Amino acid sequence: MTRSDRMVKLVSYIVLSALAIVMIFPFFWMVLSSLKPFREIYRPYLFPKSPTLANFQKIMSASLFPRWFLNSLIVALSTTFSVMFFDSLVGYTIAKYSFPGRNIIFLFILSTLMIPTEMLIIPWYVMSSRLGWIDTYWGIMFPGMITAFGIFLMKQFMETIPDDLLDAARIDGVSEFGIFWRVALPLVKPALASLAILNFIGNWNAFLWPLIVVSKPGMYTLPVGLATFSSENLMHWELIMTGATVSTIPLIIVFLIFQKQIIRGIMLSGLKG
Amino acid sequence: MKRGRDSVAPLWGEIVKLRHKKVLTAYLFLSIPLLFFAFIRFYPMISAFYMSFTNWNIISPVRKFVGLSNYVGIFNDPVFMISLFNTLKYVLYGVPSVIVLSLALALLLNNVTKFQSFYRLIYVMPYITPIVATSWVWRWMYQKPPIGVINNFLSFLGLPARNFLMSTTEALPSIVATTVWGQIGYCVIIFLAGLQNIPKEYLEAARVDGANRRQLLFKITIPLLNPVIVFLSVTQTIMFLRIFTQVYNMTDQGLGGPLNSTLPLVLYIYQKAFKSFDMGTAAAATVVLFLMILAITVLQLKVLNRRVQY
Repeated sequence: MTRSDRMVKLVSYIVLSALAIVMIFPFFWMVLSSLKPFREIYRPYLFPKSPTLANFQKIMSASLFPRWFLNSLIVALSTTFSVMFFDSLVGYTIAKYSFPGRNIIFLFILSTLMIPTEMLIIPWYVMSSRLGWIDTYWGIMFPGMITAFGIFLMKQFMETIPDDLLDAARIDGVSEFGIFWRVALPLVKPALASLAILNFIGNWNAFLWPLIVVSKPGMYTLPVGLATFSSENLMHWELIMTGATVSTIPLIIVFLIFQKQIIRGIMLSGLKG
Repeated sequence: MKRGRDSVAPLWGEIVKLRHKKVLTAYLFLSIPLLFFAFIRFYPMISAFYMSFTNWNIISPVRKFVGLSNYVGIFNDPVFMISLFNTLKYVLYGVPSVIVLSLALALLLNNVTKFQSFYRLIYVMPYITPIVATSWVWRWMYQKPPIGVINNFLSFLGLPARNFLMSTTEALPSIVATTVWGQIGYCVIIFLAGLQNIPKEYLEAARVDGANRRQLLFKITIPLLNPVIVFLSVTQTIMFLRIFTQVYNMTDQGLGGPLNSTLPLVLYIYQKAFKSFDMGTAAAATVVLFLMILAITVLQLKVLNRRVQY
């Protein structure tokens, strides 16, 4: 390694570390602010002089945050399981069966990727109010139950499974659904895990549609609850930051556990290009 | 491998039966998803198009066909034009910033071997955390002195205080900065994957030929990354065209202020549809958004098809 190589490395580490601090500072500031009592929040120092968990107690007992947390969990988990099942089933069918209209069906599904959600929310809202889906979990969830991107992704992975393996199971008398469920699905587990975790995060963070379809505070998801709570407590930054911490920390934990799958999933999302 | 006719006939029958069964199974597996895409994606899209040609507020049962008058209406609405112009600003400020910063970061990350995944982990954290939460954190950081941490830092450096979200000229760039902070990690991951796909031999060969660092970067690495740059530019452009959550949470009462200076297209749509219940006008604005996204996507396909093979 030459001297200039070593210089480049050193400079790289310095710049990377400086930027890492910039990237992570807002999270530090969020948590530090959530630990400050109200009288300290308007003081210009970084660390709380007398750190307290009172803000968390207040949020958990005097607001609907626990309920919003539960709502978000229900919505994100249900949509994720639905996406895992249907996206892989469709991807498998398109990859491994030949039937009339296969290409047209695949193109039809892919073409829906072009439609921006913003264009659909007005008809969805009209539909939901006619069918009584406003203020229900189903109303929040239905737009995300199946995704075209996930189907595309699972099709790519299902295509790598050798046909012989599936035919062998067929000869052994396994049902067609059994072949999908017990033979194909276990072989694409890593891709399925990435799809699932990214979907969970996406649904946990979703804002625009839940904001529209829910009007009862008891049915808010965490992001909608946090937005409403914050604009109602504009002077109480310590409470707003506590709410932000409560909605962010679970994701950071999920992220630390599943970082490999998440990074993989993001890389796969670049697959389209 | 020719067999007699007699033995083929029953086998053939079996194959046809099996094929029939498989075709039926395929349609069975696809039935619910196809209904979903037809009724939750395709039909609402047609419905939005149709709505954009009608005059309708959600409470009244009458829908009157009004032709293009909603489109004429929005293009004569100064607020819509402001939102369109603002959206363009979001894209023009945001996309180059994200691409340049994340490419630079990815190139730096590619230089180092230790802690690479640690840095990547930190950079991607803003991308996976809820935008609502991070928007409020940034709104808090952007406050005036003595409570805004960024302004305190500026005064520590001896720089004058800034108004950030309170100013008609600084609010939009401030929101862009927050959004860029949120998107960098995603782009770094994709860029890094692209960089690691570049065969080492290319760079070695050029180095042997006496190319310096700058030449390696601009003559080999960046041209080879071109498809990734195009892909990310397009996805980021679409993301900035659809910006909503940051603006809704960072501006006073979610109105896109001060004085509409941060109001993006989607917030305009939201206000028209769900505050004024003017569904026809809102639908027309969504069609404009759709056409912009369509144009960008078609452009991407053209550029990628024309790309030079190395």
